[in-house]
Amino acid sequence: MPLHYSKKVMEHFLHPRNIGEMKDHDGFAEVGNPVCGDQLGFYIKVKDGTIKDVKFLSFGCASNIATASILTEEVKGMTLEDAKKFDWNKIVKDLGGLPKQKVHCSILAVDGLKKAIEDYEGRKK
Amino acid sequence: MQVYLDNSATTKLDERVFEAMKPYMTEQYGNASSIHFMGEENSLALIKAKEDVGLILNCDHDNIIFTSGATEANNMIIKGVARANKDKGNHILVSSIEHPSILKTVKQLEEEGFEVGYIPVDSSGIVDVDQVKKMVKPETILISVMTVNNEIGTIQPVEKIGAFARKQGILFHTDAVQAVPYVPIDIKQWNVDFLSLSAHKFNGPKGVGLAYINRRAKIIPLIIGGGQEYGLRAGTYNLPGIVGMTEALKLAYEEREETVKKISELSAYFWKRLQEEVEDVQLNGDLKNRTPNNFNIMFRRIEGEAILMDLSVKGICVSTGSACSSDVLKASDVLKSIGLEKNDLNSNIRFTLGKFNTREEIDYTIDALKVTVERLRNFTPLK
Repeated sequence: MPLHYSKKVMEHFLHPRNIGEMKDHDGFAEVGNPVCGDQLGFYIKVKDGTIKDVKFLSFGCASNIATASILTEEVKGMTLEDAKKFDWNKIVKDLGGLPKQKVHCSILAVDGLKKAIEDYEGRKK
Repeated sequence: MQVYLDNSATTKLDERVFEAMKPYMTEQYGNASSIHFMGEENSLALIKAKEDVGLILNCDHDNIIFTSGATEANNMIIKGVARANKDKGNHILVSSIEHPSILKTVKQLEEEGFEVGYIPVDSSGIVDVDQVKKMVKPETILISVMTVNNEIGTIQPVEKIGAFARKQGILFHTDAVQAVPYVPIDIKQWNVDFLSLSAHKFNGPKGVGLAYINRRAKIIPLIIGGGQEYGLRAGTYNLPGIVGMTEALKLAYEEREETVKKISELSAYFWKRLQEEVEDVQLNGDLKNRTPNNFNIMFRRIEGEAILMDLSVKGICVSTGSACSSDVLKASDVLKSIGLEKNDLNSNIRFTLGKFNTREEIDYTIDALKVTVERLRNFTPLK
């Protein structure tokens, strides 16, 4: 079935922001969707309780790449506390909507970011 | 540039077919069931179409039933034969790589109390005839194995299965939708009792197909009404479609050698360049026992839907069996049945060539593909 991706989704898919590895990161997490097999990896660099830098890797569809891309854009500079409360619905809204069967991508992206924050907090302990 | 490499999904209508169809829409529009002269001339056109098709497929022309496509033909044959032969047995054998119009139909029959056996395929995507022999039971009434698989293009040993089924007195069906023009169909030689075809897979119009029905076999019709097609398939004869399908089939056979040669050369060129210029690719399904138009290729570590969308933006149409491309997020059962690993299941693209493709289009596609694969592999977390 055609997916009818929004222009914004296609734009992020074709030109993903903050993509690639981060060598000197403070937190990292990899998450996967057991149903469709998509995978995401998130790196964060933290300074004074805020996300100084964020990067991601993706094995996934156009929507998987686009959701992670816009998320990195939106959380850069955000405090960890705010990032932990990030609502995946915002990604769907800011992307101009997602096809119904692709909404789970935004949940996976937010989950990945939160796990990277957990990794960072675990390292501090 | 626009490049259509999804010819197993559907094909472009041949202009000559379109010309043959036109008069039946605007001038010769009589109902072939009507008694008057306008009905009669279309009734004669219908008989002529069946005679032409019968000659090509090597079968009695009055065993040909025109349908809306192969999905209808498959539904009609599988359900109709199973339900009509319940007194003889309740067991049906189908290959595990059939099209959903077979697999979902037998699922429905399971709910009605039929027992279904799914014949496995080996890692090359081909049914083993010995497996069929092992799986038959005294209660087996019908075996259905496709001629050519739609996802990986593998050619199945239909003639051998047909000979075995005939000897056992078991009815045999083959869905030959992907066979034209690559595998010449011979209904008598193959010992098939039922066969399905769809016109739009060989440059004919959409919305028309056929079911070859051995009319000595019992079958309960699916669509009933005005008694058309010997009472086996009701509904006003779709003359433009029927004439178009017949013309498309005739052209496919007349130009068979030329088409197969052209597509074989193009696809060999495609595969050679791809292997030389893109790292870590693998062909799914048997390399030899396949139709030359089909290349189902694994691009390790990157996801099929992303490849497809990236190519689509560049004007290239392909398809994928990846879970992300499916409404229910399920990866291809065909790729699962040939034993692909979990991560590899979602990294496949099907390129299917057609008679209108050119070498320039293949060059454009390979060049685009190199960029696409490199871009996506740049940020994959998979090693």
